[in-house]
Amino acid sequence: MVSTPQTGAETSPAAGTGVSAAQAARPERGGEPLLAVEGLGKHFPVTAGLLRRQVAAVKAVDGVSFAVHKGETLGLVGESGCGKTTTGRMIMRLLDPSFGRITFEGTDITGLSQRQMRPLRRDLQMIFQDPYSSLNPRQTVGAIVGAPFRLQKIQTEQGVKKAVQDLLELVGLNPEHYNRYPHEFSGGQRQRIGIARTLALKPKLIIADEPVSALDVSIQAQVINLLEDLQDELDLTYVVIAHDLSVVRHISDRVAVMYLGKIVEIADRNDLYAEPMHPYTNALLSAVPIPDPDKRKGRERIRLSGDVPSPLDPPPACRFHTRCWKAQEICKQVEPPLVELRPGHHTACHFPENAPEGATELVAKAAAERDEAAATGEPVTLGEAKGGVRKV
Amino acid sequence: MGDKRPAETLDGTPVTMAEGSPPPTAFLEVRDLRIHFPTDDGLVKSVDGLSFRLERGRTLGIVGESGSGKSVTSLGILGLHNRRNAKVSGEIWLDGQELVGASPEEVRRLRGRRMAMIFQDPLSSMHPFYTVGDQIIEAYRVHNDVSKKVARKHAVDMLGRVGIPKPERRVDDYPHQFSGGMRQRAMIAMALSCDPELLIADEPTTALDVTVQAQILDLIRDLQEEFNSAIIMITHDLGVVAELSDDILVMYAGRSVEQASVQDAFHRPLHPYTWGLLGSMPRLDRERSERLLPIKGTPPSLINVPAGCAFSPRCAYAELNEGRSETERPELAEVEPGHRVACHLPLERRRQIWETEILPKL
Ligand SMILES: Nc1ncnc2c1ncn2[C@@H]1O[C@H](COP(=O)(O)OP(=O)(O)OP(=O)(O)O)[C@@H](O)[C@H]1O
Ligand SMILES: Nc1ncnc2c1ncn2[C@@H]1O[C@H](COP(=O)(O)OP(=O)(O)O)[C@@H](O)[C@H]1O
Ligand code: SF4
Ligand code: SF4
Ligand SMILES: [Mg+2]
Ligand SMILES: [Mg+2]
Repeated sequence: MVSTPQTGAETSPAAGTGVSAAQAARPERGGEPLLAVEGLGKHFPVTAGLLRRQVAAVKAVDGVSFAVHKGETLGLVGESGCGKTTTGRMIMRLLDPSFGRITFEGTDITGLSQRQMRPLRRDLQMIFQDPYSSLNPRQTVGAIVGAPFRLQKIQTEQGVKKAVQDLLELVGLNPEHYNRYPHEFSGGQRQRIGIARTLALKPKLIIADEPVSALDVSIQAQVINLLEDLQDELDLTYVVIAHDLSVVRHISDRVAVMYLGKIVEIADRNDLYAEPMHPYTNALLSAVPIPDPDKRKGRERIRLSGDVPSPLDPPPACRFHTRCWKAQEICKQVEPPLVELRPGHHTACHFPENAPEGATELVAKAAAERDEAAATGEPVTLGEAKGGVRKV
Repeated sequence: MGDKRPAETLDGTPVTMAEGSPPPTAFLEVRDLRIHFPTDDGLVKSVDGLSFRLERGRTLGIVGESGSGKSVTSLGILGLHNRRNAKVSGEIWLDGQELVGASPEEVRRLRGRRMAMIFQDPLSSMHPFYTVGDQIIEAYRVHNDVSKKVARKHAVDMLGRVGIPKPERRVDDYPHQFSGGMRQRAMIAMALSCDPELLIADEPTTALDVTVQAQILDLIRDLQEEFNSAIIMITHDLGVVAELSDDILVMYAGRSVEQASVQDAFHRPLHPYTWGLLGSMPRLDRERSERLLPIKGTPPSLINVPAGCAFSPRCAYAELNEGRSETERPELAEVEPGHRVACHLPLERRRQIWETEILPKL
């Protein structure tokens, strides 16, 4: 039984500041992370015919590693279909991972049965994107928000009502609305109801999947401020999944950028936005329209051609090479490992931007070590082992 | 502008032409447009007295929250509302021709030839059973007397122009074989196949990823340069507006609360709602602000629009107007050349609030 993310995730010792992907999951602040994900992956089988034979697999998530510390907010960004929601659902154990490991408070929860998960359900909660469909229209607010209390039989009915009303107040709703139904509320209010329900069991970790993207901008700001206040007040830890880079910058302490099922860059918020290293991150940032007409001109514009390739058949080696303006032969041959090129700033690219001198060599070295380890059968994280050298 | 019409004109009968008001000089001029829907719950005043003008080669960005009447306005200009359930009044002048009172046939003729629209969801406006090419060919041939072969060549050209790779092959694909970004391109190709002088784009990139959005915005910008069309860009994203527009119209509860050049709207906005939109938005181009400044409350129902200024229940400055904000509807007034605002708060006071209270916190 593995208790900390370090053990069992060994690759050969890192050279220089180059650190393997597995180590990216190691605590960067003192102490053990609240959540650690190592080499996590989900391949959805694609079946055909009467016998439902598997003919292919959607590689929705393909070996991601990261850690989240108590009180921290990790932002997970990327374009639609890159695997953000799937990652969140695996952490919640709403989906079984195909490979990899999830560690919560030092305990490996990857293989726990639903029954074994039950005590952990209190600690791990999810906020969903769509405030309309995630609430049962036939239940009152009191029933919705109070359900977790009733399920866990922790309070009397009187106690439940009081607790629910306190929660409604906490999220900025009128406690008098205890007996109202979801359709009587606006989108932003419904998202608050969802948040109140999430908070009912005093979770330690909240995974928020696009918590504000369905909301109008003025309401978005209300909900973002609410999430921040609650974090301060209740010492919550968040994984926030979003596609809006401005929102992610605002609420995250650290940010992970995903592309086609992989994390291509993970860094402190300020580092990532000020000096993005992965070409994809650079392209994403330069594509965000800036609400200042004076900045129309003179802005560096990187324009990617085409669309994101299908996760059914992702490009080999660096998955971004089909759209990358810096791609060279090696990018199609060797998958670049996630390497720590500046303190706390990991990126997976052979030719990173804003990188310190010698980055390309460091990446090459880390890749060679990884592949050697894979060849000699040394334990490596599953996600890494799958990377390897692939000839086109 | 803003002249009060008798209520009878709201019953959907064609409005008699512009009593007394001179024909416009602008390419597109909308005067006191009202679009109301009678429903079981009451009269929905989706658009309630909207006026603006737009020249060729210029882009007007219309911003506002969900339900503020943006889409109803654009469908109204194109004459796409069903006259049986939509009560349309006011005037829409396109190059000297009035459209509200024009016959449906006349408006249909103009649609596709002089004006075209790009919708948010390309799937809903493309027919799933016909190839992309056939749909462009069809749209083109309605207004151009050419052979199928010529029209097909035109369709391939257009697809190439909007950046579809291998257009001669993709022209025979069905819409579902295109990705979201490609469908949006195909719809733009269809809309542009007749060189429209007025193009209305309703949230053309909202459903797209940011990198694809950037491609589409570039495309619209380039095409405008080429065709010199007038563009109405409808969006809730102030970033998109700032990137593309020359002028901005901020809509709230079916009315325009501020109209200005893009420079004035972003650097010297004078309406509390515009300030609210700017304060709500996290921005990548500034130091990260510690806290966003949301607008309190929620947008009103268009059946029960608050009396006086529709924004008053959410406005932090409503009480500074001795009750006028709650009782008297502020009319759009020109405060500087090209800058119109509808607010009771004295202009000097607003300038001061923007400078000292809002701007420093953004
Ligand atoms: N056919 C109709 N019958 C009744 N009400 C309608 C009809 N069409 C639109 N409305 C109402 O008119 C108002 C404005 O709608 P509109 O679609 O123009 O909003 P919008 O500004 O485009 O919003 P969004 O940003 O969500 O697209 C809404 O309250 C809507 O419910
Ligand atoms: N149940 C499923 N079966 C097959 N494919 C799926 C399933 N769920 C998600 N996918 C696919 O996995 C990829 C990642 O999806 P998702 O995690 O929802 O992306 P994101 O949240 O980043 O937009 C997408 O290609 C999606 O179509
Ligand atoms: S590894 Fe090569 S293709 Fe991939 S992002 Fe870096 S430069 Fe581009
Ligand atoms: S008129 Fe009154 S309520 Fe309306 S925006 Fe101005 S100050 Fe606010
Ligand atoms: Mg998702
Ligand atoms: Mg709309």
